[in-house]
Amino acid sequence: MSDQELEYARLLKRRHLISSGFEWGCRIATFSALLFLGILLLGVVWQAWGWLDTQYLTSFDSRRPKAAGLLAGLWGTFWLILFTAIFTVPIGVGAAIYLEEYARDSWFTRVIKVNLANLAGVPSIVYGMLGVTAFVRMFGWFSAVDDLRIETYLGFGTLAIPLPLGRCLLAGSCTLSLLILPIVIIASQEALRAVPPSIRHASYALGATKWQTIRHQVLPAATPGISTGIILSLSRAMGETAPLIMIGALTYLAFAPGNLNTPMDGIRDPQLILDAPFDMFTSIPIQIFNWVGQPKSEFQHVAAAGSLVLLVLLVLFNATAIVIRNRAQKRITW
Amino acid sequence: MLKRRLSAHAANISLCLAVLTVLSGCEIKTNTQPAANGNGNGAHASTDPGGEPLPEDGGSKRVLIDGSSTVYPISQAVAEEFQRTHSDVKVVVGTSGTGGGFKKFVAGETDINDASRPIKEKEIARCKESGIEFLELKVAIDGISVVINPDNDWCKTMTVAQLKKLWEPGSKVKNWNELDPSWPEEEIKLYGPDTDSGTFDYFTDVICGEEGASRADYTPSTDDNVLVRGVSGEKYALGYFGFAYYLENADKLKAIAVSPTDDAADAVAPNSESIEGGQYKPLARPLYLYVNKAKLARPEVAEFLTYFLEEGQVLVGDVGYVKLGAETHAETLTSLKEAIGN
Repeated sequence: MSDQELEYARLLKRRHLISSGFEWGCRIATFSALLFLGILLLGVVWQAWGWLDTQYLTSFDSRRPKAAGLLAGLWGTFWLILFTAIFTVPIGVGAAIYLEEYARDSWFTRVIKVNLANLAGVPSIVYGMLGVTAFVRMFGWFSAVDDLRIETYLGFGTLAIPLPLGRCLLAGSCTLSLLILPIVIIASQEALRAVPPSIRHASYALGATKWQTIRHQVLPAATPGISTGIILSLSRAMGETAPLIMIGALTYLAFAPGNLNTPMDGIRDPQLILDAPFDMFTSIPIQIFNWVGQPKSEFQHVAAAGSLVLLVLLVLFNATAIVIRNRAQKRITW
Repeated sequence: MLKRRLSAHAANISLCLAVLTVLSGCEIKTNTQPAANGNGNGAHASTDPGGEPLPEDGGSKRVLIDGSSTVYPISQAVAEEFQRTHSDVKVVVGTSGTGGGFKKFVAGETDINDASRPIKEKEIARCKESGIEFLELKVAIDGISVVINPDNDWCKTMTVAQLKKLWEPGSKVKNWNELDPSWPEEEIKLYGPDTDSGTFDYFTDVICGEEGASRADYTPSTDDNVLVRGVSGEKYALGYFGFAYYLENADKLKAIAVSPTDDAADAVAPNSESIEGGQYKPLARPLYLYVNKAKLARPEVAEFLTYFLEEGQVLVGDVGYVKLGAETHAETLTSLKEAIGN
């Protein structure tokens, strides 16, 4: 072999070494992440073993670790996320559609877009402070002493909205909505942008109006991306503690929002459903946070059981999202 | 262009009209009676978990507590027991911290504030501003415990002067033998609560002479269990936190006897007798409830507080704190009874 060939063989070997080295680097990165996740999961399951039972899921908190339960947090989180979704989805998707489909590129829309990106990175505690001023105290427009309420009869019960909202569940949902709105808007914008312009042009060419184009072409095509963004941000809202403590979520209460301790209570007395949004509340992460800090070491197990419940809920939540996304994807036939 | 603007206006106007139509079905109400229910919730018949219908207004008798997470275990325990016998009253407890709780207390949002320190001048001024009269009740005593690793066989007592030398701002003490020449020349690993904590405020006040004055090069944590793990895991560590955390982890930690004088012979170890009797000086501190006097007019609040000071004193020991001495207890109970009587 000539020197040239030898040199070539040496370089080739080196290039392949670098190539496989990179592959192994990436592989190690993946598996170390998985390893830590695995250790974490095992640790939580190990600690929660024997503590997560039906008693735990059906009773309220207690100072005795054996009797402590997550019921108040489960209901609190359910209502919180329900209302957060009700507020966030229309506003977030609507704003994204406006910004992507209708708004012209002016300095104004650019300012909005830059601000959205910044807002997505603001620490959640700041939203908590905003929530206290805007929702809990309503800028001091109403005095808490007057006990002012707007009442509407809705056929099966009376909807009574207190002014100011006070430290109620709805104030919590509003705060969480503010927290995740920027993320939902940005994710939805990206999803809308990913729909090829040719689809829109084809739709217009066939005589469809802008509304028809968005409704029948753009939105269905963007649904998988939008729903992923929504689910991810709702998952984040589910795990938030700081802003909720800030707005006055409680640590110990022995009732679910609206005294609605089982779904049957709501069927028996629908009024309770209307009361729930304006009642005091706690949530799963707040209960976990509190248990972790307790002096009695058995509470560490109670906290681990709570973490496990939260993890399972998040997995279920994300699984639903994937199912929705796949079904939406199948419906797209261009 | 103009046409488009007009149509936009038309859309806005019709939106407003729609909102008005919805609102016209509403009526605005104010509660003329000063609310038997705490949070302004609608009063209506409801059922308790047992399925028995409660009287009208039954589910909404509420006692609202917020404040210190140090006092929380006591309030929670009392709330839990109280609700066993008073199923028509719901007691809720929050943990926004002593200061955070006072902000809500001043705004009239809570009935009772848990506090791990006496109310500050500033907070008194704010209460005056918003016309809130308060009642201070001592409910328990906590003895801040200075703890070391169980393998530490040299240090049994410390004087306040030694603690000050160790913890004061800018302290140069690095090794154990700088505090006492007979102790090993090994680095002291320091653990303590972070600056948001009432325990930190109290410790720095009585040891270093000024609230908040502390060396900064220690491992701080809001979570006392982190401090417990830190000290129990290192032979040369030292830390301080509330008595309850020492009591629950007495197998993993040793508490140092603290001497208020320069003589190590005066040192007293923290235990329920020495804290209750007042011998554990100067680190024993009372824990307080601050009560909005106006809310005492609600029978459930008055009843709950009476329960707190009578039956509740047994629970104080259960959750790791020390109950009040007989004299202080009698005084506190009298002041509560007087306030209710008025």
